Amino acid sequence: MNQFQYMRPTKQKAAIDALAKDPNAKIIAGGTNLIDLMKRGVMTPLKLIDINKLPLNKIEHEGNSTRIGALALNGAVAEDKLVLEKQPLLAQALNAGASAQLRNMATVGGNMLQRTRCHYFYDTALPCNKREPGSGCGALEGYNRMHAIFGFSDKCIAVHPSDMSVALVALDATVLVSGPKGDRRIPFAEFHRLPGDTPQQDTNLAQGELVTAVEIPDAAFTKHVHYLKVRERASYAFALVSVAAALSIDNNTIKDARLAMGGVAHKPWRLTEAEKALIGKPATEETFRQAAEVAMRGAKAFKYNAYKLKLAPNSIVQALKTAAAVA
Amino acid sequence: MSEQLQKSQSGAIGEPMNRVDGRLKVTGAAKYSAEYELPNLVHAVLVGSTIAKGSIKNIETRQAERAPGVLAVITHLNSPKVPGFAERDHPAEPPTAGQPLRVFHDNKVVFNDQPIAVVVADTLERARYAASLVKAQYDQDKHQTNLEANLGQGYLPAQAKKNPKSPLADYQRGEADAYKNGATKLEAEYVIPSEMHNPMELQSIIAHWEAPDRLTVYDKTQAVIGTQRAFAKDWGIPEANVKVIATFVGGAFGNGLHNWPHETAAIIAAKKVGRPVKLVLTREQMFTMVGYRPYTWQKIGMSATPDGKLTAITHESVGQTSTYEQFTESTLQQTRMMYTAPNVTTRYRIASLDVSTPVWMRGPGEATGAFALESAMDEMAHALNLDPLEFRLRNYTDTDPDNGKPWSTKYLKECFQMGAERIGWSNRKQQPGSVKSGEWLVGYGMGVGTFGAHRGSAKMKAILTKKGTVVLQSATTDIGPGTGTAMVQIAATTLGLPPEKITFQLGNSTFPTAPSQGGSSTVNTVGAAVQDACIALREKLHQLAAATPNGQVFSAAKPEDIVIMEGHLSLANDKLAKAAYSDLLRQNNEAEVEVTIESKPGGSDRDKYSMYSYSVHFVQVHVQPLTGEVRVKKVISCADAGTIVNQKTAGNQMMGGAVGGIGMALTEGAVIDDRYGRYVTKDLADYHVPVHADAPNMEFAFVNKPDPHVNALGTKGIGEIAIIGMAPAIANAVFNATGKRIRELPITPDKLI
Repeated sequence: MNQFQYMRPTKQKAAIDALAKDPNAKIIAGGTNLIDLMKRGVMTPLKLIDINKLPLNKIEHEGNSTRIGALALNGAVAEDKLVLEKQPLLAQALNAGASAQLRNMATVGGNMLQRTRCHYFYDTALPCNKREPGSGCGALEGYNRMHAIFGFSDKCIAVHPSDMSVALVALDATVLVSGPKGDRRIPFAEFHRLPGDTPQQDTNLAQGELVTAVEIPDAAFTKHVHYLKVRERASYAFALVSVAAALSIDNNTIKDARLAMGGVAHKPWRLTEAEKALIGKPATEETFRQAAEVAMRGAKAFKYNAYKLKLAPNSIVQALKTAAAVA
Repeated sequence: MSEQLQKSQSGAIGEPMNRVDGRLKVTGAAKYSAEYELPNLVHAVLVGSTIAKGSIKNIETRQAERAPGVLAVITHLNSPKVPGFAERDHPAEPPTAGQPLRVFHDNKVVFNDQPIAVVVADTLERARYAASLVKAQYDQDKHQTNLEANLGQGYLPAQAKKNPKSPLADYQRGEADAYKNGATKLEAEYVIPSEMHNPMELQSIIAHWEAPDRLTVYDKTQAVIGTQRAFAKDWGIPEANVKVIATFVGGAFGNGLHNWPHETAAIIAAKKVGRPVKLVLTREQMFTMVGYRPYTWQKIGMSATPDGKLTAITHESVGQTSTYEQFTESTLQQTRMMYTAPNVTTRYRIASLDVSTPVWMRGPGEATGAFALESAMDEMAHALNLDPLEFRLRNYTDTDPDNGKPWSTKYLKECFQMGAERIGWSNRKQQPGSVKSGEWLVGYGMGVGTFGAHRGSAKMKAILTKKGTVVLQSATTDIGPGTGTAMVQIAATTLGLPPEKITFQLGNSTFPTAPSQGGSSTVNTVGAAVQDACIALREKLHQLAAATPNGQVFSAAKPEDIVIMEGHLSLANDKLAKAAYSDLLRQNNEAEVEVTIESKPGGSDRDKYSMYSYSVHFVQVHVQPLTGEVRVKKVISCADAGTIVNQKTAGNQMMGGAVGGIGMALTEGAVIDDRYGRYVTKDLADYHVPVHADAPNMEFAFVNKPDPHVNALGTKGIGEIAIIGMAPAIANAVFNATGKRIRELPITPDKLI
């Protein structure tokens, strides 16, 4: 780990000022990902701005939306009564992530900003355009079992690792940020980026901007929701594929639907076309299969992740079946 | 439960007594090797190579040397010479042949992440940071790290070449490869990936030169005496000048049965800086700097008559090893002795790759071999439309078909019966995919395990203190099975003393010599020594008591009637008899009464009998048909391990083995990117050891009948059979659930959709 400066501001403005003026500064909250990366020399910030003193951990309902502060802990959000009542899909996704110990340290803001778990990103002896632009993508021709089937580029085929983000993109959440130029709102679907030619940039946050909260609009997705995470052990593993499914069903007809996948792209992968294929249809396995087919259009696999071309649609069907309680 | 229950226990052999060191462990009071606080202690961090093969052209250390707190940066250019390294052959100790890596000896690189430098600093973080500043340039050679691409390079290990009777040599009973002419036959290949040692405690050492020729190490090892000898030889100093302490070991499973480069690196560093040096491997370094279960390819040919009698088995295997050491294990032994087949052929090969040397991992060899053999048995049973348990019974053997000797004891049929009942084997359907639970497919499977019941020689000291307590000392170790607890129970039973009056001390090379803790043989060997030492102590006490004033009453009694009381000896049948310790000790001017004995396997039983422990694992699995997820829902393991000394710790061992088997079957496998010859899954997030949620309710049962031929206690050993046969049991259950036969571990969801 390199030598770094450390500060713990008590005012949001001080944190933003410090962040804005120093491109080598990083925000630290729970530190569950950043510290690992620093220990391995993957990230070498010269300054850490600890924001744990900022009053950003409230979970509240205002108007027609639930607002969750960036410092709310993953574990606390997953168990929050308001969240369980209004946004049970989010609670399920959070509980599918990491382990109880990590959820008790990790924050909502940190969760959405966590870095990819690509093996090549983590090992400084191997090439990675995300870690070291221009060094090449180790995964492209390498061990790409965990990698993307959508939206990748020849510079990077890594996937975004968060479970929470998959639920948030499905639920039409908005990220609230504050920066040197004031506050702004970023729709969750536009928060993360595809790799393109600049895989080193995970998100559309501008220099000096701080995530302060996430807002989720109320919707009729409280009963028929399911977050399915397929992984290589029963807990504490990143998703091979995950699916956030939310349905509003009336008289066995799907009135509204939300669908997103994790483990398939550089960002949480919203499936709007597949949602359209669900709406107005009966809640049957047949309908779900058709939607899964739509969802998979454009998917392309690499040497070791071809299984995802089958696992992903199967998982969509399974998640929708569970959400709709269709046996 | 606890304290009260424990107090109420007599500690007799067989009782589920709580661990004597349980409280120390759960309160953090137990000291592991990295936890000793020595004055002036400094920290060392290793720098690994980033190529798999070649030589170091240039190594840049100046920046690291100038970093804050740094005391030394040691490479092959400035390392203090290890005298033993200069010997021309510096041969490896078993289990390997060849030459162990001579750390910092020259500029050669023979595997990726090989230690090429060690940085010593006043704090761990400073050492770690400075280590990141060491940069090497290489002349790179083409490497080979893929076993399956190099199967043709497989060769007969040196010891088998030298000795055709070696268990590793080619074996033939009856006709060679007779399966090819069998009525019903199968031929299949099985692959297990490298499985990495990931015990909770990282490999660690504190090296302290107390004088230029006197070394003390606090080392995570399974062999304090073996380690003492190795370091004495390396440094050209008397064995007595090397002290090895391993009082507590946080799980080892075989990786502490060999000495590794990081240990010598720490000793070199301590020599260089003249201060005690602590070196703890990182989790990533556990994948390269200690051994692992080697990637192994196997092929089985098998034939049987239509009524289910095996006619032939051919079992071949190629396991990977490094280019500098030949690691071997007994992958094929059980194929020679488990079933009746009259024609058996085995061929064992190893292939040298540009990787670090493998080492034993729990159920070494046998667990690998059992995956192939017990999977093939299931495949053949299916081909014959026979219940796999029935198929095994039809090929059950009451003598060792390898040598014609009778078994010392074999209660495998009893294990079958107990296990089949408890798992509800009658619910299994012969047709795969015919049982469901909700959306999940349900399958049942079984696998058999066996491991030789070994006993070696051990010395033991037994001391009676003035307080009437007994202290036993042995240079054995406890890597987790509860050795101290078992030994206290054996001593308590032999002496008729309550267990709280007995202390068993281990993990120190100054104690009487004992073998390494490995091969499921510690209770067989050291337990027998405890029993012998206690008998010898009692005899000595009897003699001393007889010589005390009024000692006639003792001389008239038998040694086994001696009762150890606080302050004096008495007799079981004469409570008034009294021989004060002060009188006993005065005879020899000693502070305590002590005996040291050596306990050896005796008699001709070894020649007359074949000695093995046995286990059978029954499992029920659920498989999600759409996502391919497998959940082990129930495990029943039954073992014939001779006398069970402690039902609780024996159950713990079975549980650990079962969880290890679940990992082997479903989740574990280290992946190398062959382009770089470098592991890409090398932390606990990417390399999946099972978590609690992967472990179902598990039940364990023991036949608990003594084997009178292994030792007087009747023990046979548990540690290995706990895992051997578990992986195929799960693979067979997956087949029963899905109709999919997976012959390459681990069985991950992608293989089932």
